[in-house]
Amino acid sequence: MNPELEQILSRAQTLYEDVDYKAVAEWKSYAPGRRAIGYLPIYVPRELIHAAGMLPVGIFGGGDRLEIIRGDAYFQSYICHIPRSTIELALSGRLDVLDGMLFPSICDVIRNLSGMWTMLFPGRYVRYVDLPQNYDAQVGGEFWRRELTAIRDDMTRLAGGAIADQSLRNSIRIYNQNRLAIRELYQARSEAPWLYPISQVYAVLRAGAVLPPEEHTTMLRRYLEMASQGSSLPEDRSRVVLTGMFCEQPPLALLITLERAGCWIVNDDLLLGLRWFTGEIPEEGDAIENLAQAYLTQSVATASCYAPDGQRGRWLVDAVRQNRADGVIFCAPSFCDPALLEQPMLVAALEREHIPHTQFKYSEDTGQFAVIREQAGTFSDSIRLWSEA
Amino acid sequence: MTRDTVQESAAQKERSMVLQKQLIGDYYESLGHAREAGRRVVSTFVPGNLTELLRSFDLLPILPEINALQSGMRKLSANYIAEAEKQGHSEDVCTYVKCDIGMLKSGNVGPTGVKLPTPDLLLLSYTGCFTFLKWFELLRQEYQCPVAMLHVPYLANGRIERHHVDYVVQQLRTEVIPKLEQVSGRRYDEARLSEMLALSAKAEDDFVWVLESAKNIPSPIDAYFGGVYYIGPIFTAFRGTSEGVEYYRVLREEIAERIRSGLGPITPEGAMESQRYRLVVEGPPNWTSFREFWKMFYDEGAVVVASSYTKVGGLYDRGFRHDPNRPLESLAEYCLGCYTNLGLPARVDLLERYIREYRADGFMINSVKSCNSFSVGQLLMLRQLEQRTGVPGGFIESDLVDPRYFSTANIKNRIESYMQMLAQRRVAEVTA
Repeated sequence: MNPELEQILSRAQTLYEDVDYKAVAEWKSYAPGRRAIGYLPIYVPRELIHAAGMLPVGIFGGGDRLEIIRGDAYFQSYICHIPRSTIELALSGRLDVLDGMLFPSICDVIRNLSGMWTMLFPGRYVRYVDLPQNYDAQVGGEFWRRELTAIRDDMTRLAGGAIADQSLRNSIRIYNQNRLAIRELYQARSEAPWLYPISQVYAVLRAGAVLPPEEHTTMLRRYLEMASQGSSLPEDRSRVVLTGMFCEQPPLALLITLERAGCWIVNDDLLLGLRWFTGEIPEEGDAIENLAQAYLTQSVATASCYAPDGQRGRWLVDAVRQNRADGVIFCAPSFCDPALLEQPMLVAALEREHIPHTQFKYSEDTGQFAVIREQAGTFSDSIRLWSEA
Repeated sequence: MTRDTVQESAAQKERSMVLQKQLIGDYYESLGHAREAGRRVVSTFVPGNLTELLRSFDLLPILPEINALQSGMRKLSANYIAEAEKQGHSEDVCTYVKCDIGMLKSGNVGPTGVKLPTPDLLLLSYTGCFTFLKWFELLRQEYQCPVAMLHVPYLANGRIERHHVDYVVQQLRTEVIPKLEQVSGRRYDEARLSEMLALSAKAEDDFVWVLESAKNIPSPIDAYFGGVYYIGPIFTAFRGTSEGVEYYRVLREEIAERIRSGLGPITPEGAMESQRYRLVVEGPPNWTSFREFWKMFYDEGAVVVASSYTKVGGLYDRGFRHDPNRPLESLAEYCLGCYTNLGLPARVDLLERYIREYRADGFMINSVKSCNSFSVGQLLMLRQLEQRTGVPGGFIESDLVDPRYFSTANIKNRIESYMQMLAQRRVAEVTA
C-alpha cells in the first residue's frame, strides 16, 4: 500500500477507535480558551459552531468499543443502543472535553435524551435543535431562521465573542468544500467500488466527526487521490445500496462482512449529517438566510423528515438507478423508529420498480456476523443469478 | 374508552357512564354512516387535536389511537398486529400503528363493529410523538388522500414562547385551514369556532374540578384507571359540543355527591371502599388487560390520585383553557402544552407537584414498549422523583395493545412487592 495512503488510513482508524476523544482534547490544548460542542445525529448547523471558533464534535455512540456499565441502567431493553452508549460516554467522563451538546430532532429517543442530559448534567450547555417539518420559506423558514439565530447567540455566548457575518460565510464555504469532497468520494466509490473499500471509506468519513472541517477535507482529498491509484481489480460482486444507518452506526466489522459476502456498497446513508445538503449553500449574502433556505430546499431525504409530496422511497429508487445498483440492503438498528417505520414504504417503492432487497437489524455493538454474512451472501448470489437469467 | 368491555353485570352504573357509552356509540355510528349522510371525515391524533376547528367545518374526526386502544380492550389487537407484522412492519415499532394498519388491512371495521369510512384528509398534528409522522405517511399510502401537516415545536424547556405560537398559528392559516376548506367545501368561520371554544372551556372547568377532586381523602375518583374514562370526551371528538359540556356537568355532580357521601371511586367490581395507598402514575395504561391491571391496584387498596396519561390531551389542571377570544392562538397553545410535548425536566416537575399536592404515598411508572415519547428517560425520572420527594417509586413494563408484552404474573408480583414495601415503610414511620 502507498505509504501516504497507509498513513491516512491509520490516522482515520485511530480516530475511529478513540472513544476517549483524545483528538478533541488535543485540538483544545493547542490554544487557550478553545471550546468544543458535541452533537448527536443526524443534522445540526455545524457552521455556527465553527464560525464561533469552536470545534463541532459528532457523537455517534460508543460502537463496539465501549463496555456499557452505567448506560444500561437508564434505558429499558426495548430502546436502541446509541443513547445508552452516549450516556456511558458521558457518565464515564469521556465527554467532559465537550463544552456543550446539541440534540437534533431526529426521533423521540434523541429528543428525550436531551432532557436527560439537562437533568444529569446541570450547568452544562444543552440545546434541543427543533428542525422544521414545514418547508414553506415564510412559515417553517421563519421558524428555522429564528432557531438558527438563537443557536448563533448561544455559540457567541459560549465562545465569548461575537460571530461576525464574514466568519459565518467563511464557515459555510469551508463546509461546502467538505461536503463537496464527500460527494466526490461517494461518486468515485460508486464508479469503482473495488478501489474504495467500505472499511476505508467509512473510517475516512467518520474522521469528520472529530477533525476540524478544513483538516478533514484535506484528508478526504488526499485519500481520494491515493486510493484512485490503487491496483485492485474489479471483482464480480453485486452492487448494493445500504439504508437505515443514518443514526446509530453499525460496527465497522459488519460493513466489512457485507463486502466479504460479495456486495460492493455503492451508496449508503451512513453518517448522513456530514453530507446533509445535496448542493452548495450560497456563500454570499445573509448567511443565516442561506443556511435556512438550504435546509428547506436542499436537504437529503431521510426518514426523520416529513415528505410533503408523499413520495416516500423515490430517493432510494433514484439512488439505485444513479449508482447502477442491483439491489438494496435495509440495515437498521434494532428499535430504530424512524428507519423501521419507514421501511415498509421503502420496500413498497422498490417492489414497484422490481428492485431486489433484503433486510436485517443490528446494534452498534453487534459482535456476531455469521448470519448476516450468510444472508448478504445469499442475497448477492441471488441478484447475480437473477441478473444473468 | 367506553365501559362496555368491562363486565357490566358486576359494574355499578352511574349516569355519566351511560351518557359516555351513548356518546361513543353515537359517534361510531355517525362515522359508519358518514358517507350516506354526506359528512366528510378527517383522521387526526389525540395530542394536540383540533376538534373544535374540524367541527367548525362540520367535519368528523377519526382518532386512530382511540380505534387502537378500543381494539385492545376488545381483544382484537393481537390479530391486527400480527397482520401488520405479516405485511412487513417491524416487531420493534409502535403497536398502535400496527393495530391500526392491521385493522385497515382486515377490512377497516372499527372496534364497535361499524366499518370506518376512508378519511378525506389526514390531519397530521405532529405533537409530542415522532411516530405520528410515520404513521400518517403510512396511512397516506393506503388511503391516497391529502395530508395537512402541523408541526408543533417541542417544549424542551417546558415553556411556551411567542415564536412557538406564531409558528403554529401560521401553519393553521397557511396549511391546515385551507385544506379543511377544500375538504369541507366551507369557508373558515372564526365566530363559529369561538362559540365552540367557549363550550370547550366550560367542559374543561368541570373536567379540572373532577381531576382535582382526588385531592380529597378518601379520593372519590381513580385518576388513572377511572381517569381514562373521564378524559374520553374531552380528549376526543366531543370538545366544543353541548354533549361534551353536559357529560362533564353530570360527572361533576356525581363526584360531588360521592365526596359528600365519603365514597371512593367506582371500579368494575363496585365502589372501592378501602384506600390504603394514594399513588401517582406516569405512563399510559395497558389496554389489552386493562381490567386485570386495574384490579391489581384496587385489590391492594391503591387508588391513583393523579396521572400523567390524563394530560396527554392537554394540561388543563395547570390552568390552560381554550379561549374564544383568541381562537387560533389558543389552539396553538393547547397543542404546545400537551404532556408528551414537554421536556423531561418539566415532566418531572409536574409529577413532583402531583406527588406533593395530592399527598401521594408513592408513584408508579408503567413503561410501555410502544411509546418512546413517554418511555425514554423514565428510569431517570424515577430516580429524580425519589430524590426530590423522598416518596418511593415503582417501575413496571408492559405495552399499549400488544398482549405479548403484558406478563400478568410479573406485573402482579412487582405491584404486590411495591405495595408491601409501602406497607413496611408506613409501619416504620409509625414506630420511628
